Amino acid sequence: MAASVTLKSIIDEFNLEEITSFGNTDSITITVADVTRPGLQLTGFFDHFGPDRIQLIGNQEMAYLAHLSEEERLKCLDGLFSKNIPCLIVSRHHDVFKEIVTCSKRYQIPLLRTDESTSTFMSSLIKHLNVDLAPETTLHGVLVEIYGEGVLMLGESGVGKSETAMELVKRGHRLIADDLVEVRRVSDTTLVGQAPEIIRYLIEMRGIGILDVKELYGVSSVKMQESINFVINLELWDEDKIYERLGISEEYTEILGIQVPSITIPVRPGRNLAIILEVAAINFRQKQMGYNAAQALTERLFGNREEV
Amino acid sequence: MKVKTIQFKCDESLHMKSIAILIKKASVFESRIWLTQGSRKANAKSLLGVMSLGIEDGATIEVSAEGSDEAEAVDTIAAYLSNPTVE
Repeated sequence: MAASVTLKSIIDEFNLEEITSFGNTDSITITVADVTRPGLQLTGFFDHFGPDRIQLIGNQEMAYLAHLSEEERLKCLDGLFSKNIPCLIVSRHHDVFKEIVTCSKRYQIPLLRTDESTSTFMSSLIKHLNVDLAPETTLHGVLVEIYGEGVLMLGESGVGKSETAMELVKRGHRLIADDLVEVRRVSDTTLVGQAPEIIRYLIEMRGIGILDVKELYGVSSVKMQESINFVINLELWDEDKIYERLGISEEYTEILGIQVPSITIPVRPGRNLAIILEVAAINFRQKQMGYNAAQALTERLFGNREEV
Repeated sequence: MKVKTIQFKCDESLHMKSIAILIKKASVFESRIWLTQGSRKANAKSLLGVMSLGIEDGATIEVSAEGSDEAEAVDTIAAYLSNPTVE
């Protein structure tokens, strides 16, 4: 699924002035998070040019355009606009040359303006685009925050995810999403999860019905979004399967192309999952900080620094 | 894996109840059943999941199932979604 944002949403978000407007900002979509300062392109060099990017011009480009004759200016701007760019944004509230307006009208490409300086605007625009264009997926699971770690519980319906989340909330941890988690890859190493707005902070418990955790336990029991640091796969206890006993081997679950550390916990009636999850979260933090109890034990058993 | 695409019909007053019945019907099957609307996908056995899709009258829903009774599961769920009646 290729994400996209409309030019209109960017205009609204950054409060851009529309110098020319053709009523088409709703249909122009941006699909890449990069922004180009078309300096070289104004000189006529178009190798490796990305015409699907937002084009931004500031002091330097304006100064370059200013030293050209009207005729040359029109020619080099026409070259840029004819590549069917999504829009041209002028920063620092520069006055625009009439040739820019001419080209904008000729190709029906919106010309926009901001008061901000070029680099500041560019970095906030890229940041905004990165979040909005981040690859997204929805997962069936429960996202909770335990001791500051974002823990995603995955498992079949009826395995006890919601009940565990409820108990974790009672023990002072936070609920982010029950049942359905919207996950976004905001960078190459970070996944962020949140609940779809309609069911935010709701939990369904078999036999009771739908509960609103925020209303029942207050704002300290919920959180809007959280990064996913750790995945716990819950599955019904299988007598034939051998479960991790030492905690030495590393297991990962792939979400949107990122390998997230994970463990598999067998569920059996009477096992207190909330406590197990708390322990797993603390243990995960400890491992991140460089201490592994299982490794420490092997070192004690087999003398110094012998690898298993 | 079996997939079927249908048009959802609903009288608004029945909405919540028809979802509850849908969950009940889906939970009978061993297969994993999914409902997809546009880019969103939800587990048909999860009440909040199905609610979060915000399915409206006339929406196109893709029903898919995977497991030992997938064919029957898809047929039952698809039939119910195209004509939800409160029992």
